[in-house]
Amino acid sequence: MIHLAIRFGFIALLVGLVVFFSLAADGFAGPHSAVFIFQSVAITGILALGVTCTLVVDGFDLSIGAVATSALMLSSYVMVVWEGGAATAIVACLLMGALVGLANGLLIVRMRVPDLLATLGMMFLLIGLQRIPTEGRSIATGMTLPDGRVAEGTFSPLFLALGRHRFDLVIERLLPVSVVVLIVIAILVWVFLEYTRHGRLMYAIGSNERASRLAGVAVDRYKILAYMISGVLASVGGMLMAARLGRGDIASGNNLLLDAVAAALIGYAVLGAARPNAFGTAMGALFVGILLQGLTMMNAPYYTQDFVKGAVLVLALMFTFSLSARRDATG
Amino acid sequence: MPDAPSPDVLVLNGIDKSFGTNRVLRDISLSLPAGSVTVLMGANGAGKSTLVKILSGVHPRDAGEVSLDGKAFAARSPLQARSAGVVTVHQSIDDGVVPDLDVAANLVLEELAAGDGGLWYRRSHARRRAQAIAERMGLSFDLSRPVRELALADRQMVAIARAMAAEPRVLILDEPTSSLSSREAERLFTLVERLRDDGVSILYISHRLSDIERLADRIIALRDGRVSGTFENKPLDTAAALEAMLGRVVSDSGVRSDPRDVSEHAQAGELCLEGLQLRPDATAFDARFQRGEVIAIAGLVGSGKGALAETLFGLRRPVLGTLRLGSEPYAPRSPAEAIARGVFLSPRDRASNAVVPAFDIARNISLPFTARNARAGFIDRGSETRAATALIERLGIVCRTPEDGIGTLSGGNQQKVMVGRWLSQPCRVLVLDEPFQGVDIQARRDIAARLRKEAAKRITLVLVSELDEAFDVADRILVMANHTIVGEHVNGDIDRPRLLEQIATPTPTQPSRDAA
Repeated sequence: MIHLAIRFGFIALLVGLVVFFSLAADGFAGPHSAVFIFQSVAITGILALGVTCTLVVDGFDLSIGAVATSALMLSSYVMVVWEGGAATAIVACLLMGALVGLANGLLIVRMRVPDLLATLGMMFLLIGLQRIPTEGRSIATGMTLPDGRVAEGTFSPLFLALGRHRFDLVIERLLPVSVVVLIVIAILVWVFLEYTRHGRLMYAIGSNERASRLAGVAVDRYKILAYMISGVLASVGGMLMAARLGRGDIASGNNLLLDAVAAALIGYAVLGAARPNAFGTAMGALFVGILLQGLTMMNAPYYTQDFVKGAVLVLALMFTFSLSARRDATG
Repeated sequence: MPDAPSPDVLVLNGIDKSFGTNRVLRDISLSLPAGSVTVLMGANGAGKSTLVKILSGVHPRDAGEVSLDGKAFAARSPLQARSAGVVTVHQSIDDGVVPDLDVAANLVLEELAAGDGGLWYRRSHARRRAQAIAERMGLSFDLSRPVRELALADRQMVAIARAMAAEPRVLILDEPTSSLSSREAERLFTLVERLRDDGVSILYISHRLSDIERLADRIIALRDGRVSGTFENKPLDTAAALEAMLGRVVSDSGVRSDPRDVSEHAQAGELCLEGLQLRPDATAFDARFQRGEVIAIAGLVGSGKGALAETLFGLRRPVLGTLRLGSEPYAPRSPAEAIARGVFLSPRDRASNAVVPAFDIARNISLPFTARNARAGFIDRGSETRAATALIERLGIVCRTPEDGIGTLSGGNQQKVMVGRWLSQPCRVLVLDEPFQGVDIQARRDIAARLRKEAAKRITLVLVSELDEAFDVADRILVMANHTIVGEHVNGDIDRPRLLEQIATPTPTQPSRDAA
């Protein structure tokens, strides 16, 4: 009984929630509503998958939110100020994400800075850094630069398509690019962590680092890799956000870090894994999305959202840790 | 028995303690008389630390009785034990001091914690109290210095001084001299003797024969969780005590029933250590190992066995000297490189060094060899499970399936998995560091039998601190002390007193600070 509760409790809750909202809220059940939910959690989900990789090696990446907003500002800067193309902006962002991840990894592995502190420092650094080139202003075509010039560049249509194009799926123009990116990344991260030897070794490191080292695992390299994956995925999230907004909005992405971490932690409870896992993270993000969408459609005010998210997270953590502890005790 | 037996302060009767299926203490009965120093001897895993932890209120006992001054004593916390008069100085110094406080505050920490002094920390009052304690103990350093700035030995002295300031009925010292120089140790001995003369009952845990000969009024030897000998008659027979601690010197377990004739001339897979110096102050040594040999390396804690294992496995570089594997030089810089060259190490203390608790049996076994169980980076779960199933059969691991979580196995079976991990792939040299520690007798036999059976395939080096284990598996026994090899014996033809004497080789200069 307890095993069933641990394994399928969360999924049952998810299904129950969908059934409840479908009955209670008009228009909840339907392809457009479903796509909207996916779209609302796409960016959070991508970041959460990155942070999952760092959680797997028993690390933590607090800088993902800041990396995402840095990517948002960087892509805008490349296109609006430097008048670069979509490809340049994308490459620059991915490179920035990888470099930040590398810096985090080196701080943690080589300088022995505790992971929370290293990535917290990196977070502050990036939040500050992204404001310096524009003296704290948002980036948009026609803005005046610090040196008095007017920025003439525009967002490349190709780049904007990342945020605005929708693929046909049975219904015309149904699936936004961000949802496709989320699904592809989720599958890639899941396969990588569960089925490749690299993922296996990352889990080993997270469970017993010393034993892994003594089994010949290149612990330092895998830890750095985890932070680099996290950085790159966060930059992907930031680019999708830039493409949706169409400007380098300095105030965007405040909630990204907390939402992503919550999704990854809620993921611990899915299928009774009691450990970070890609499938759970995706489910965790989706769960929050469904709950918020349903509540919004039932006219719950917007300011209750964070409270709901917090409650879900606390419940999921209780569920994971107390129930799995009991399962372990009963053998 | 002594002529005028002093009253026993602390009496233990039938103490049992198990962790899971592992029985660590079995029916321990002993008594500590007032005004005497009782030395407790025991190899690694004999149960000394567990006994100390029970007395100091860290662990509850499973069965048995303890009485202090005739009254039942059952401390449920270190604080309770302390206030009842049983004070312990643990081996790990940093358990005994607060590094960021100054020496004075450390010396009066108990008073501060008790909270009798009211709200304010009265620096001058604390200083006066600390001054008095320091004077009594002969501590000569500045009381206003933070403890973290002190040398290891000075920190140890502070911890001991604090324990003694509590005016204990029973004082337990767990390897107190392991980080002290001989002069500091002498100061400690003086203090211990003064306390003894005041009627305190002292339980002194040590491996160092010089300490034991200097201080002991009685010796109790512990082996395999049992009292294996009590020595009270003067002069104390330390050789007999050492033997009681290390185990019988004649084997009758019958595992090693196939003594092999190892030919003198070199074979493929030979491992040579040439002029190897493990520490700057240690003597260099040579050693050669042939394929097919099982060599036990015996030595006490701190003898350098661990350093030798780490050197072979690429975890540390030797000070001087070279290693050769076959005809090629061998200087591994990491475990990964050692494994690639066919040198495997099954480390000691499986819980912290070997077991991956989140993994099942199959995943634990394949951990070092994921590359060999994968195609294009993807794990072949089928081949992994087949390998695990084969190994489970080979070693007689008791489990339901290879997918069982490692945590569901008993200690002995976990150890089989950890040793089996390294038997699952062919290698040239297999080093096992204390493979029999914390393992029940059946698992010990099974592992030893398997090592013997497969000995022809490789060089097997078994690092042990109990001699029984060495006699069970080895063709040859090398004795290490002071980070060098001090003796060599061919199993079956052993000069018993000489072997014990070599194991107890005294430390010549400054005592070692690392217990590697």
